[in-house]
Amino acid sequence: MTPQLRRRFASVALILGFFLAWELLCLAFGVKDIILPRPSQIVLTLGQRMPAIWPHALQTLYTTLVGFALGIVAGVLLGAFVGSSKLAYDVAYPLLVGFSSIPKVAVVPIFVLWFGAGTIPAVLTAMILCVFPIVVNVATGLATTEPELEDVMKALKASKLDILTNVGLPRTMPYFFASLKVAVTQAFVGTVIAETVASNRGIGNLMMIASSSFDVPLVFAGLLILAVLGVALYVIFSLIEGRVTGWAHRKDEFAMG
Amino acid sequence: MMHAPTPEPPTRPDAFVELHQVTHAYGRGDKQVKALDATDLRIEQGDFIALVGPSGCGKSTILKLVTGLISASSGGVLVAGREVGAEPVRVGMAFQNPTLLPWLTLRDNVMLPLKIVAPFRQEYRAKRKGEFRDRIDALLARVGLAGFAEKYPWQLSGGMMQRASLCRALVHEPQLLMLDEPFGALDQFTREELWGIMQDLWMTLRPTVLLVTHDLKEAAYLANRICVMQARPGRIIEESVVTFPRPRTISISYEPAFVALTQRLRELIVSARPAKETVQ
Repeated sequence: MTPQLRRRFASVALILGFFLAWELLCLAFGVKDIILPRPSQIVLTLGQRMPAIWPHALQTLYTTLVGFALGIVAGVLLGAFVGSSKLAYDVAYPLLVGFSSIPKVAVVPIFVLWFGAGTIPAVLTAMILCVFPIVVNVATGLATTEPELEDVMKALKASKLDILTNVGLPRTMPYFFASLKVAVTQAFVGTVIAETVASNRGIGNLMMIASSSFDVPLVFAGLLILAVLGVALYVIFSLIEGRVTGWAHRKDEFAMG
Repeated sequence: MMHAPTPEPPTRPDAFVELHQVTHAYGRGDKQVKALDATDLRIEQGDFIALVGPSGCGKSTILKLVTGLISASSGGVLVAGREVGAEPVRVGMAFQNPTLLPWLTLRDNVMLPLKIVAPFRQEYRAKRKGEFRDRIDALLARVGLAGFAEKYPWQLSGGMMQRASLCRALVHEPQLLMLDEPFGALDQFTREELWGIMQDLWMTLRPTVLLVTHDLKEAAYLANRICVMQARPGRIIEESVVTFPRPRTISISYEPAFVALTQRLRELIVSARPAKETVQ
């Protein structure tokens, strides 16, 4: 067994062990399912209520992905602008930090005020939550491009666009993809927050309603769905990252392949 | 030094590269440092010039001025009779560091100039998988990198990267080749081998070469003319014509005339040091 396989095996065992311990502790102390349902009950609820849950899950996924896509577009454009020159970077950075340190939950009521309750505030919340990591990473990637690499291009009399597409952007890809992993999880958080506050659809809303009627297993079922979706999106973007920016990691496996 | 003349003495009377009373200062105000002071330099087409001197003497500044990476504080830099930047001259440049793009294979790294520079740029899409590819593989083979075209830079040693970097500087058949201490970071054997390759490439392609180096032996081995520079303020204090017949070999570097030349250059550079430094 290779060390890598052993690590993977151990982390799967840890996850299973966590749920097993949860199950056993609940049984041992006779915890009521209105306080903390056992994993088996959660899975059971999930199975039984699937027809009711899954439109909500799709809604949440849809909202997240739309917000995420908008966030990527806005983030890359803004990041490219901020990272394009030292001046723009220095001037814009304080404002960016200011914006990104506002707790995003606080802006949901504003979006509701502007657009009414529903999908739009959720999409926008997802977008603003995921846009900052992308902006900061793209800007940093561009701003830290080695001047020597640009000199190579300038000596060839390359245009600014040539330099951007041949050096700036490829150089920034590892930063960009690293930010996507964070951003997609953030977008997810944004969606669920907005759904909880002001929506009649989505997993956030489902959990809100379930908790107000003390349907605790359903609340946890919603949580499980969120976890699975979140992990799935993270994994997808990690895989894309690995394929596109393998050069930046310089692992032996990559060297051999 | 009075050896047989070089095989093809430069015939064109007009200078291909001309620096006229060029001054360059870095920084501004009180912190201004004069890197280059009223320097004149003429290089004929197809010539091979080496710039030698202590650190901070403005060798690299001259290179950057001629390439257009920086612009002169005063004076004129002309390439092919026109203000630098406006001239339709293909320039190749190799730096002290290989500066290969880590996300590209060696072949794609060497391909870069063909993607950017006219007239190759126009044919890039059609030829990158055929003619250009073969040409690059041939060039890589010539510097001892056959079979490494698919490798990424970080899979190679420093010497191999530097070889690839030379290929990148030469692939678009530049009329003007700028070498900024490209052999400086290499071990002696690799360095000497690359001198041979460089001379070979120069003799076949005949670009106009400007080589910046610390290594006097390197300058004497490769160049037709050596410009000795002095630091603070940087300027050219002497030019020596090197007349050893080509192709030169490493064994020439043990001949008395060669040793005498490098020794004389060394003494020039040492004696030209600013007074405060000799005291230290």
